[in-house]
Amino acid sequence: MSDVSYLDDGQTPRIPIAAPSDYISLLKPRVMSLVVFTALTGLLLAPVPPHPLIACVALLSIAVGAGASGALNMWYDADIDAKMTRTSKRPIPAGRLDPESALAFGMVLSMLSVFVLGFATNWLAAALLAFTIFFYVAVYTMWLKRWTPLNIVIGGAAGALPPIVGYAAATGEINLASVVLFAIIFIWTPPHFWALAILKIEDYGRAGVPMLPNVAGLDRTRLEILVYTLLLAPLGVAPWLLGFASPVYGLVAMAGGAMLVNIAAKMFSARDEADIRRAAGRMFAFSILYLFGLFLVLVLERALHLLALI
Amino acid sequence: MSANTGDQEQQVGGIVLTPEQKLSRRARNIAIGVGVALLVVLFYAITIVRLGGAVANRTL
Repeated sequence: MSDVSYLDDGQTPRIPIAAPSDYISLLKPRVMSLVVFTALTGLLLAPVPPHPLIACVALLSIAVGAGASGALNMWYDADIDAKMTRTSKRPIPAGRLDPESALAFGMVLSMLSVFVLGFATNWLAAALLAFTIFFYVAVYTMWLKRWTPLNIVIGGAAGALPPIVGYAAATGEINLASVVLFAIIFIWTPPHFWALAILKIEDYGRAGVPMLPNVAGLDRTRLEILVYTLLLAPLGVAPWLLGFASPVYGLVAMAGGAMLVNIAAKMFSARDEADIRRAAGRMFAFSILYLFGLFLVLVLERALHLLALI
Repeated sequence: MSANTGDQEQQVGGIVLTPEQKLSRRARNIAIGVGVALLVVLFYAITIVRLGGAVANRTL
């Protein structure tokens, strides 16, 4: 690939100064770490775990696939990112990296991750990873995000798929447990991102992204968050009720779910905007802790189970 | 014209990279090299694991 592309005038050469760290930040490392964690949980649900090297390669492929989605998202959304304080320092809007390089980087990594996952594990897992990347980039980023306030509701499916991909990588099939984990992340996503959208309502408004608080207002958003957390709290307990998690997990899920509903109820009954924003901040932070806690307990339980088998 | 074929060609094409641009290009090239080397090792290791321990017992 040439190091030289041209600015819009077609005359002035644009010579990138991107360092490898800029390419790494295109991969959205924090999102990647959550994807790896949830995919690991799906992988550990397998009755017979794969060879450790194959498991590591599967997780690496899923991580790279998620990172490639992030790079393609940053390529397509560079105009939006430039308008939002949260994202304006990303490599493309900051001018350190040209969009064409980000597109090429994302495409190459997408294909590579799918091929390596298929080669190392099986082609069902590879097809699921390819679908995840397609769904995040084409369905969520290119279509839903700028079009409907339901963007995060439907688009959340992409972020919820890694446990299913992980389980498929280990077994070559899809089971109920991995689908339940998908459902937990899927229902968790809207209240989490709507809380962020309340906190960044001016940013999203400036960028023209139709997030629910901008389109339907704070009252409707608070109600939706409460409804979703009321669905999420019992769903979070399902792994224990269905027998693939211990009572300890059940207790953590019940306590976490109750706290989440409590925060959502306080947000719903808050009287002024400052109180709503404070509650949204708590919802955003605690929802991360909640999901991390559930999956951490599952991972620890499955790891102990596998150690007992050795 | 591509600027990644040496300083002489850059000057012919009228583009001279600044020291910062040269440094960043060198860092990117090293990163690509390391990535490709890791892929080679990875594919070798995956192949060995997938073939299994009985690979030496096959008929030729």
